[in-house]
Amino acid sequence: MTSIGVVTFPGSLDDRDARTAIAAAGGEAVALWHGDADLRGVDAIVLPGGFSYGDYLRCGAIASFAPVMERVIEAAHAGTPVLGICNGFQILCESHLLPGALIRNDHRTFLCRDQDLIVENSSTAWTNDYTEGQRITIPLKNGEGGFVADEQTVAMLEAEGRVVFRYADVNPNGSVNNIAGITNERGNVVGLMPHPEHAISDLTGPGTDGLPFFTSALKALVS
Amino acid sequence: MVRVIVDVMPKPEILDPQGKAVLGALPRLGFTGISEVRQGKRFELEVEAADDATLAEIAEVAQTLLSNPVIEDFVVRVDA
Repeated sequence: MTSIGVVTFPGSLDDRDARTAIAAAGGEAVALWHGDADLRGVDAIVLPGGFSYGDYLRCGAIASFAPVMERVIEAAHAGTPVLGICNGFQILCESHLLPGALIRNDHRTFLCRDQDLIVENSSTAWTNDYTEGQRITIPLKNGEGGFVADEQTVAMLEAEGRVVFRYADVNPNGSVNNIAGITNERGNVVGLMPHPEHAISDLTGPGTDGLPFFTSALKALVS
Repeated sequence: MVRVIVDVMPKPEILDPQGKAVLGALPRLGFTGISEVRQGKRFELEVEAADDATLAEIAEVAQTLLSNPVIEDFVVRVDA
């Protein structure tokens, strides 16, 4: 069975939900530990949401130097699918696997809502089960979700189709160009602020719009 | 021991919501002469001697860990 590892850092909150989502998609979820420089042979990796290391210094900054991240960075460069959700996205930016940074929401308050997104790129390892232009509803919950990058970087992301998700209707945190998620050049590393692992069942979330993240990765790995 | 100070500030073009919140509180306290507030971080590092090699190393620490060059600038100085 195709396996997807979920890293638990001190302060991770959504590692268990991420593992549940992977299992719901038909994959084998493997728990990985921040202090182990070992990926246990997994085929893909999720960096979950939360407040790793208490968000001390900067969100994701200290986590990006955790022993497991050395292996994650190597694997990402080798083409292994890596998904960073919320704090995981911040860690990917701090690790320089993705460009830009996440800063405090422009309205200065923590926000928790079901957020509509537009899928802009359905060719990444984590979005091939969506269609371009598809509108999906995914929970968003963060205090530091404003995506920023210099003009040149934003222009490059736009020109190369590396904006994967955009916020629909409202810009909830001041992100440049309504950017909710981006990918690397190769399309195997994706980071976004909203939480697809919270949208896998009608019982516990706003629907099942998040499930295709995980089925996409499983499909990308088999093909 | 010598103390080396690293000041980290958000880049001028980056929105600083914390500074804006502080600025917004000033008129409520009766302070009306301040037109802008930017909030940053100050790190105090203790070293044996602030020689060129040590300062170069601290600059590297500031660049890789203490600041995020995408959104922040830093200045290294020896505490007088």
